[in-house]
Amino acid sequence: MADGLYTLDFSSIGTADHARVGGKCASLGQMTQAGVAVPPGFAVTTDAYQAMLDDHGLKAEIERHLSGVDPYDIDSVDRAAQAIRIRIRSHKLPAAVEQAIREAYAAMGPDMPVAVRSSATAEDMPDASFAGQQDTYLWVRGADQVVEKVRDCWASLYTTRAVAYREKNRIPHVDVLMSVGVQKMVNARAAGVAMSIDPLNGDRTKIVIDASWGLGEMVVSGVVTPDNFTVEKVLEEIVARKISDKHVELVGDPDLGAAVEREVDEARRHAQCLSDAEVLAVARLAKRLERQNKCPQDVEWAIDADLPEGENLLALQSRPETIWSQKKKSEAPKTYATGIMGIVGTLNAALPVRR
Amino acid sequence: MDAKTPLFPSAFDVKPPKGAEDWQSLYPYYTQFQPSRRTEDDQKFWFCNSQHWPTPLRPFDVIFLDFAIKCLGQYNSRHLLVPPANGIDYRILNGFVYFSPVAVAPEDIEARIPHFLDRAGHYYGNWNELLANWKKKVRAATAEIDALSFKPLPDVVPLEWVKGGVGLDNTNAIFEAYDKAIELSYKIWQYHFEFLNLGYAAYLDFFGFVKSQFPTIPDQAIAKMVQGVDSELFRPDDEVKKLARLAVELGVDGALMTGSVEEALAAVGKLPGGAKWLAAWKEAQDPWFNFTSGNGFYSTDKYWIDHLDIPMGYLRDYIPRAKAGERIERPTERLLAERDRITEEYREMMDEEAQAVFDGKLGLSRTVFPYVEDHNFYIEHWALGVFWRKMRELSKMLSEAGFWPDEDGMFYLSRNEVRDVLWDYAAAWAIGTPNVGSAVWPAEVARRRKLVAALASEPPIPALNNPPEVITEPFTIMLWGITSEAIDRWTGSADDSGGLKGMAAAPGAVEGIARVLRSPDQLGELKKGEILVTPVTAPSWAPVFGKIAAAVTDIGGMMSHAAIVCREYGLPAVTGTGTASAKITTGMRIRVDGNTGTVTILD
Repeated sequence: MADGLYTLDFSSIGTADHARVGGKCASLGQMTQAGVAVPPGFAVTTDAYQAMLDDHGLKAEIERHLSGVDPYDIDSVDRAAQAIRIRIRSHKLPAAVEQAIREAYAAMGPDMPVAVRSSATAEDMPDASFAGQQDTYLWVRGADQVVEKVRDCWASLYTTRAVAYREKNRIPHVDVLMSVGVQKMVNARAAGVAMSIDPLNGDRTKIVIDASWGLGEMVVSGVVTPDNFTVEKVLEEIVARKISDKHVELVGDPDLGAAVEREVDEARRHAQCLSDAEVLAVARLAKRLERQNKCPQDVEWAIDADLPEGENLLALQSRPETIWSQKKKSEAPKTYATGIMGIVGTLNAALPVRR
Repeated sequence: MDAKTPLFPSAFDVKPPKGAEDWQSLYPYYTQFQPSRRTEDDQKFWFCNSQHWPTPLRPFDVIFLDFAIKCLGQYNSRHLLVPPANGIDYRILNGFVYFSPVAVAPEDIEARIPHFLDRAGHYYGNWNELLANWKKKVRAATAEIDALSFKPLPDVVPLEWVKGGVGLDNTNAIFEAYDKAIELSYKIWQYHFEFLNLGYAAYLDFFGFVKSQFPTIPDQAIAKMVQGVDSELFRPDDEVKKLARLAVELGVDGALMTGSVEEALAAVGKLPGGAKWLAAWKEAQDPWFNFTSGNGFYSTDKYWIDHLDIPMGYLRDYIPRAKAGERIERPTERLLAERDRITEEYREMMDEEAQAVFDGKLGLSRTVFPYVEDHNFYIEHWALGVFWRKMRELSKMLSEAGFWPDEDGMFYLSRNEVRDVLWDYAAAWAIGTPNVGSAVWPAEVARRRKLVAALASEPPIPALNNPPEVITEPFTIMLWGITSEAIDRWTGSADDSGGLKGMAAAPGAVEGIARVLRSPDQLGELKKGEILVTPVTAPSWAPVFGKIAAAVTDIGGMMSHAAIVCREYGLPAVTGTGTASAKITTGMRIRVDGNTGTVTILD
């Protein structure tokens, strides 16, 4: 069981906890509590990270490394960042924090393979949540490994790029906190991304789905050209599909205890990786998340090979779409002809092209 | 003439089918492409309206072509002054009907707007009251036709008339009844168009607005927001379903399943509860069995009430399904809930200002649209059904008087020739000679019968002359599915990779075995789960939609019957394919994708 201070089950993350668990875990918590199928797991809270900083003068050490760094001298930033990361990685976790993580992990089941992902807080870089930028460790197994990867996630706050960014923007480094999500690993038969708005033109009546074999990281990182589906949002009908050559997939290897990239055999690489029913299920999931969050969403999802059909679609993440939502707000309001003048306008509109 | 070669032939270069060389003798001069007007007629684009007139006209049947087109025009041009649109010009070529919409000169449009606002505005503003009055008018006119009768002339004028000093004979009644029938059907056709284009215009305005909000929204989604679920057009089918249900309840279903209609009804009558069922069967007929298996425009249309074997056949389809515990009734609550869901979900995606406009236009569309669906029952099915029945009575009476050997001979005469025949009949009766027609019409009717059959041997050319660059005329698109893409399909210029393109008229995709039907008489051949492929469907085909997996038509747009009924039944439909019924044969495996409007032949 998660202890509530240093770790929080996804199922018990309350609104008041959002600042303590970062965007990703908050969204997982919200989804879990709304009854959306989400792989179970827990958040390692910012309190855990704070405890780490406060332990044995780690915070002072970080500040010392950074004093005198010239943000525009990339070498000096790089040197300091690297030193800090090494320092964090070699620093033992406070006993209470480690205990909490181990207990929460044990509650998931014996040696459960999990994904460990950083969950950024509001003070983090605005674009840090951009797909693939943050640390994600897949198919992590065993409490020692989990503890180590949580620490690695914390260390990733001090990448060269992150340090430089905060220096330039005068954000106090030690004020930026991080949460980490530990989530049961999905045995993804297929996975991908769904946008509840057409990213090409901002069309809100469409849901656009990218899907490929195995774990979704291949889709997110652009290593494969995924199958692409367009679903009419209201009628819930597939209106366009493009089946691509999906040459590689990322799958869990229980023996290796890791996710491994492998070639997709000839027969499967050109085959549609989701059934039509699954495409529609993914679309409904995106639609549901849009409704819950009251704005278009960008959803990561997976079809779990171990779960029965009809219950095998899992949501891994949902976040607001930003590009078109921003654009819409800046548009000038339109005026419309109403009543019978509208009808006159409609009747006359066809005229110019009429012979 | 410009140097460009027209995409479609000139009417003047189209040859008649073999054996139909003299087809022009069948139709009035004003319906024909006259060589003296070639320049004007060649400059216009004409498309074949095979949706409403899918087979060559018999001469009498020109009556409703005349009335329909004249009455459509009068509302646009003389009653309401629809700013950009006058009527639709029409011609007959090789027995088929060609249309050419007539635009208002651009400089005259502005001046019509205030009149339109005043006149059409009155209708939109008082729709429900005017419509209630309309129903009264139509029912009164229908009742008047129903009251007409054609009785053979007696040997002598009744004694009371002689002694009562009437001073007239029985011929007046025949002339009056005939003239009255024609006049009343003409009135009925004026009523038909009184609201129709206003209904379409309001719908198109809503349609255009929603498209401007969501350019990629499927047409069918917009149709679903407006379409009614309790249209009177569905009532005949609903009545048959109720009768099936009642038969099962009363335990008389077994007796209904075999024998002729008379035999089945007699068998039911002998059972306990049989009298109750027979009363319900009788009750349903007026008016709901005034329902044609065609579209009401042809003297050959078969109406349920005159052919009880048709509803009996449907009843026999429904009974086993009702007995097996299947829900045969239309799920109206679910359809309404679905309509509300769709409407609300699109509405939510609009900004607030747009939502207010949407509400206004949707409200008006929903007010006016029931007419678009319901009028069809009142006019084409009910009123015209009564008219055709009276005309068949007359044709039979004149056949018995020796004018033609077959009961349907009269329909090979024009309506004005029939007036002459009545005179011939009356005069010969009075003079005391055999009528002249008996020596003239049998041969002439036989000649014309052959001509019409010859005309039917070849399908019509889809269009004449050059189409406009882009077809955007709203009524043309909405009713006939004629778009720029459709024209590309007709000319074969669209990519033809084994697939057929049409309108995505009702969503969903299925694969199955095709059943190609060319006439309603073949409906009995349909087996459960087959895909119906046909030139065009009529509302009265509704019962078969409970059996099929999907529908494909050659002709028709978003609001064609097949489209409406398929959306109702949740079946995929592709309409307006142009050639599906020719390219597909019964037994082929096909895939129908009602989301993209494609039909693929799989083997």
